[in-house]
Amino acid sequence: MKSFSYERADSPAAAAAAAARVPGAKFIGGGTNLLDLMKLQIETPAHLIDVNDLGLDEIESTDDGGLRIGAGVRNTDLAADPRVRNDYAVLTRALVSGASGQLRNQATTAGNLLQRTRCPYFYDTNQRCNKRRPGSGCGALAGVSRQHAIVGSSDACIATHPSDMAVALRCLDAKVSTVRSDGTRREIPIEAFHRLPGDTPEREHDLAADELITAVTLPPPVGGTQLYRKVRDRASYAFALVSVAAIVHRDGRAQVALGGVAHKPWRVETAERELARGGDARTTAAALLAGARPTRDNAYKVTLVERTLAAVLAQARESGS
Amino acid sequence: MERFDPERRRVLKATAVAGSAVASAHLLLQAEAATASANATRLDTAATPHHDVRLRVNGTEHELRIDPRMTLLDTLRERLHLTGAKKGCDQGQCGACTVIVDGRRIASCLTLAVMQQGHEITTIEGLGTPRNLHALQAAFVKHDGFQCGFCTPGQICSATAMLQEIASGIPSHVTADLTRPPRSSILEFRERMSGNLCRCGAYSNIQQAIAEVAGVDADEIV
Amino acid sequence: MKFDEPAGTNPIDQLKVVGRPADRIDGPLKTTGTAPYAHDRHDVVQNQAYGYVVGAAIAKGRIASMNLEAARAAPGVLAIVTADSAGRLDQGERNTARLLGGPEIQHYHQAVALVVAETFEQARDAAHRLKIRYAPAKGRFDLEAARDTATIPEKTGSGDPAETAVGDFEGAFRDSPVQLDQTYRTAYESHSMMEPHASVAAWDADGQLTLWTSNQMIAWTAQDMAKTLRIPRDKVRVMSPYIGGGFGGKLFLRADVLLAALGARAAKRPVKVSLTRALMPNNTTHRPATIQRIRIGAQRDGHITAIAHESWSADLPGGGPETAVLQTRALYAGAHRMTALRLAEHDLPEGNAMRAPGEAPGLAALEIAIDEISEKLGIDPVAFRILNDTQVVPDNPAPPDPDKNSDQTAPEARLDAGRPRRFSQRQLVRCLETGAERFGWKRRRSKPGSVRAGHWLVGMGVAAAFRNNLLTKSAARVRLDRRGRVTVETDMTDIGTGSYTILAQTAAEMMGVPLSQVDVRLGDSSFPASCGSGGQWGGNNSTAGVYAACTQLRRLVAARLGFDADASDLAFSDGEVRTASRSAPLMLATRDGPLEAEDAIEYGDLDERFQQSTFGAHFAEVRVDAYTGEVRVQRQLAVCAAGRILNPKTARSQIIGAMTMGVGAALMESLHVDTGVGFFVNHDLAGYEIPVHADIPHQDAIFLDEVDPMSSPMKAKGVAELGICGAAAAVANAVYNATGVRVRHYPLTLDKLVQNGLAIA
Repeated sequence: MKSFSYERADSPAAAAAAAARVPGAKFIGGGTNLLDLMKLQIETPAHLIDVNDLGLDEIESTDDGGLRIGAGVRNTDLAADPRVRNDYAVLTRALVSGASGQLRNQATTAGNLLQRTRCPYFYDTNQRCNKRRPGSGCGALAGVSRQHAIVGSSDACIATHPSDMAVALRCLDAKVSTVRSDGTRREIPIEAFHRLPGDTPEREHDLAADELITAVTLPPPVGGTQLYRKVRDRASYAFALVSVAAIVHRDGRAQVALGGVAHKPWRVETAERELARGGDARTTAAALLAGARPTRDNAYKVTLVERTLAAVLAQARESGS
Repeated sequence: MERFDPERRRVLKATAVAGSAVASAHLLLQAEAATASANATRLDTAATPHHDVRLRVNGTEHELRIDPRMTLLDTLRERLHLTGAKKGCDQGQCGACTVIVDGRRIASCLTLAVMQQGHEITTIEGLGTPRNLHALQAAFVKHDGFQCGFCTPGQICSATAMLQEIASGIPSHVTADLTRPPRSSILEFRERMSGNLCRCGAYSNIQQAIAEVAGVDADEIV
Repeated sequence: MKFDEPAGTNPIDQLKVVGRPADRIDGPLKTTGTAPYAHDRHDVVQNQAYGYVVGAAIAKGRIASMNLEAARAAPGVLAIVTADSAGRLDQGERNTARLLGGPEIQHYHQAVALVVAETFEQARDAAHRLKIRYAPAKGRFDLEAARDTATIPEKTGSGDPAETAVGDFEGAFRDSPVQLDQTYRTAYESHSMMEPHASVAAWDADGQLTLWTSNQMIAWTAQDMAKTLRIPRDKVRVMSPYIGGGFGGKLFLRADVLLAALGARAAKRPVKVSLTRALMPNNTTHRPATIQRIRIGAQRDGHITAIAHESWSADLPGGGPETAVLQTRALYAGAHRMTALRLAEHDLPEGNAMRAPGEAPGLAALEIAIDEISEKLGIDPVAFRILNDTQVVPDNPAPPDPDKNSDQTAPEARLDAGRPRRFSQRQLVRCLETGAERFGWKRRRSKPGSVRAGHWLVGMGVAAAFRNNLLTKSAARVRLDRRGRVTVETDMTDIGTGSYTILAQTAAEMMGVPLSQVDVRLGDSSFPASCGSGGQWGGNNSTAGVYAACTQLRRLVAARLGFDADASDLAFSDGEVRTASRSAPLMLATRDGPLEAEDAIEYGDLDERFQQSTFGAHFAEVRVDAYTGEVRVQRQLAVCAAGRILNPKTARSQIIGAMTMGVGAALMESLHVDTGVGFFVNHDLAGYEIPVHADIPHQDAIFLDEVDPMSSPMKAKGVAELGICGAAAAVANAVYNATGVRVRHYPLTLDKLVQNGLAIA
C-alpha cells in the first residue's frame, strides 16, 4: 500500500471538492474492495476521502412512490429494509447472496456498484492485464477462464463484474445520482452506468474524478414475482458463476438480468420480448446470449444460463400460481 | 518515553511465563494478565504521515499515533497487542479477523483504523477470558467447535453478532419469507456463518455450539 | 522403552482418563484468543521488525537484474535479503526447491527477496519498489502433456516400492467376464490452513538462533534450518506451541522461517515474517494432481480376479510421486494384481504431502472404480466390498525376507509364497455393515437418478476408508513436582489434533492423577524429540512416548516410596501409589524434591510381522439441483476402526474435519494451472474454494470398539487421516446415484454435470 493522506469529509459537497482539489484522490466507503486492491498496489490513491460521515445512509421514499437509497447505506441495511423486502425482493435476495455477513455490514451501495472485477489475472500484478495495465494483454484469454465473461467481452478483456446487487438494480431500472465539485448533479440510468470493456477495459464507468455517487433511486414498485438465483460451486460466500435476477409478471412479461457472464449486469430487450411472446428458457437464453464468445473453460456458462433461467421461470410459475 | 511504564513491565513479566507453551488450567491466569494489560502503545518514528486516533476497544480508550495505512486488524494486533483477531488472509476472504464494531461484525483487515474513530470495537478479548468464558466460548469448548484454534476467535465474534442480527430481523440468503422476521435455525446459522472459514472442518461442531447457546434444537435439521 | 512384543495388560487399560471424551485442555486459551501463535508473539522478544516476502514473477528462468535502490531508500527499511546478499546457503534435506530463489528461478512465487522494515506497512510498500527483471525460460506445466515422459520414480517418500505385481494380471484381466478399465483424475489441491506460514526469528550475540514458528515437525525444521544456514544444529532452537493448521503444509522448513532468520541477521534485530495468503499456493507445497488408470476384472459372482492401479503425477526435478496406488495393494482380494507409480518432471511448484498423501487421491479414484464394477455386476456396492474383503495382505502374501531387504524395489522380493502376512486388526466388514445399518443404506435405490424431491435429485454413496498406521520413535520427559503436579515435555506438536489433551490424559492415567493436575508443554526443540505431527502417526506414537517416560517415572516414585517397582499389583490411582498390602500418597515421593524421567518408545518389527492399518466406511447422501448441477451434501457418516480411541471427542473431530476436506476435494477444490505461464492461478481463498459452513451438514462419525496390542502400549492407531480417505469418493458415488452422470475428474463441479447429460426432468 502506497502512502496516502486521509481526510474525513462531512458533506457530499466537501467530499467532491476534496476530490477536485487533490489529484489521485479516491473516496472510501466500506473499503472492502479498495483496501484489498491498495494492499496489492493495484489501486494507489494519493489521498483518501472518507465518505462515511456524509449523511448518505438513509433510505427514503420518493414522491413518485419509489425509493432513494443513500450511497452510504450498508448492504446489510439495504437488504433488511422492510420496503425493499416487500416491494423489491429481488434486491434483497441479490444482496444477501453476496459476500459474507461481515462484508455486507461494511460494504456500501455505491461501493458495491464500483467494485472491480475478481479476475485472477487482474489481481496478480505479475500477469498481463489490460484493465490493470492497459496494453499489457489479457492473461485470461489464453489462460484459466472458468469464471469469465461470455458476452460483451472483447479481445482486450473477458472479465466479469462481480456484483450481485448491480444485477438486481439492472432488473429494477435503478438510477444512480451523482454530484460534482462544481455542484453539477446528474442521474445515470443503471444500464448506462457500467461500460463494456472494448479497447479500454480500464474504464469501467464514466464518472469524473470528482464525481461522488450520492444515491441510487428505485422506480415505484412493479410487483411481480421477484427472484434472484445465484449459481456457484460452494453454497455460500462465493462469486456467481451465473446469476439470474428476474421479475416475472402473471401475464408472462418479465425483466431478466444476468450476472457472472459479462463486464456489467447483462440485460437484453429482445430476450424480454421473447419471453412476453411466450418464449421458453431456451429461446430466451439464446436471445440473452446472442453473439456469445465463450472460451473453452467457460463454455458451460452458455448451458448454465439457459438452465438457471429455466429454474427461475419454473420457480416463478410455482410461486405465482 | 515508554521505558518506565510500569504497566508495560508487568506485561513482559507475565508473558514470559505465558509464552512458554503451556496448556493447563493453572496458567490461564497469567495468560489473562498478559492480555488484559497488553495495552502499551508504541510510537513509530519513521517518516510516513501519521494520524492521531482515538480507538475505543473493549471499553478502553486508546490514543494512538498511527500510519493511516494501518488496518484496524494490524492496529489491534501490532499496536494494542490484542492478538486474538487473526490475519488469515488480509483480503476479507476468511473471517479470522472478525471483530464487532457498534454491534456489527466486520472484517477488521478491510477497514482502516483511522476510519474507526468514535466507534465501539469489541474483540474476542472483550467477550470473555480463560477463567470467565463467554457462553459461546464455553459452548465451543464443550462441543469441540475448533481444532487448531486459529479461526476460533473470528468464529466466536462472528457468532455473537450473528445471533444479534437474527434477533434484529436481518434476513439471509436462506430466509424463506422476506416479509417476516427470520427465525433462528441451524440452516440460518450455517448460511450466516459462511464468512468464517475453518479448514480443520469443525463446522458441524460449531453449529452444535451455536445452537446450544441460541436454544435451538441442533437435530432439527440433520 | 523397546516395544517389540504385543502389549499385555498395562496401566492405560484402566481407562479412567484415557478413552474418555475430555474437553481440550487448551480450549480456554484458543477460544479466548490467548493461545500464542507464531505471529502473535510480542511476548518473546522485544524490538521486532517486519519482513515482507517477495515471490518470483515467473515460473522458470533467471533473474536478469535486481535494483534494490528505491526499496532501500523507502521509509523505515532496515534490510533487504536476496540470494545475492544472503551468503552461501545449503538446501534442507526435505526441500525440493530452494527456499530463496535467484538467480535461477525454479517455480512461480519462489521467494526472491525479503524486505525488512520498522513496520509492516513500510515493508510491504518497499517490497513493491523492488525492480526485478527476469529472463524467463520455457517450462513444462501440463501434467497431461508430461504423462508420456513419466518414468518409474526412484523414491516414493513412504519407502514403498514404485511397482508391485502378483500373479498374471494381464492374462487374468483379459479372461475376466466382467471388466472395468477407466481413468480418473484428481486435482492439485492446496492445504489452505487458516494460519499462513509465520515466524519470528532472533539471533543472540553468540550466534544462537531462536525461532518461534508454526511447524508440525520441530526436529526436522531445526535440522534443515541448521543445514540450510550451515550452522551447528545446537545453535538452532525452534518453538511452535500453537499451530493454526498444517495438514502437511507445515511439515518442513519453509521460506517464512528461513527468511526471518536471514532478515534478522541482516537487520541485526528480531524479525517477524508471515507469508501473504496470495503467496501460499505457489510458494509452498501442494497436493499433486494425479491421472489414475484402474482396471478390475471380476467373476460374475462378484469376486475380483484381477486388479491394477497405475498413477501418474509430476513434480519438480528431484521431487517424488503422489503415491496414489498404495491402498490398492492391501484393500481388496484378488489373485492377480499390479500397481505402478509413474513420475514426470514439471516446473510447477513443489508437490508434497497433504492430508493422507497417497490414500486421499488414491481412494478417490479406486472407490469410484469399485462403485462402477459393482454396478456392472449388479451387486450392491456395500455387499461387493464385503465379498472382496481379505484378512491377509493380498499384495504381500509373505513376510519380507530379511535376506532380501537390500533389494526392496524389486517387486519379486515381496512375492515369495509362504506364510501370509495378516493385518493386526481388520474390521472393514464391520465398518461397512455398521455404517449401512446406521445410514439407512437399504433405502438407497440402485438405479441412478430415481429419487427426486422437487428440483433436487437425491442419491447415496459409499466408499471404504483405509490408511496405514505408522510407527515412529517418540520421546518425552515427565516431571512430578512437590505439589503433585505432573509436567509433560516433548517437542510434539498440536496442530489441532488434540495432542495437548491426549498427552495429558496419558500422563494422568499413568500417574494416577486427575487431568487437571497435568501440564503439557509442547513444540520446543529443547524438549525430547517426538514423532511430530503428520501422516496420522502423532497420536499413537507421542502418547506411547509419554507412556514410556511415565513408566520410568513410576519406577522412581516406587523406589522413593519403598515399593517394589515390579510388583504385579502396583497401582497408581487417585493420587496414591498402592499394592494390596499398603498405599502411600503420590506427593510423598517428591517431599525431598521433584522427580523427573525421560524415555522414548522405540519399535521392533511388529509392524513387519503384522500389517498395521486403519479401516473405515464412508457414507454420503447428496442432492443435486437438476437444473444447475449444484451438489449439496445432506448427510455424512464415517464408521472407523482405528485401534483404541484415546479421546472420542477429539478423535471424532479429526474424522469430521477430514470428511469436510473430503467434501472439498469432491466438489470444489482445485488449483487451476495456467499451463502457458506456469502457475496456480486461483491463489487466494476466494479463488481456491474450500467448504464453508453452508456446505457441511451435521456429520456423524463413530468408532468401532478396537484395541490393537501390536501398535504400541497405548493400543491405539492413527485416526486423523482416515476421515478423508474415501470421503471424496463416497460423495462422488452419491452424485452418480443421484444423477446417473458419472464424473471421473475431480472436483465434481456443476459444469461437468450440466455438460454431460444431467437431465432436468
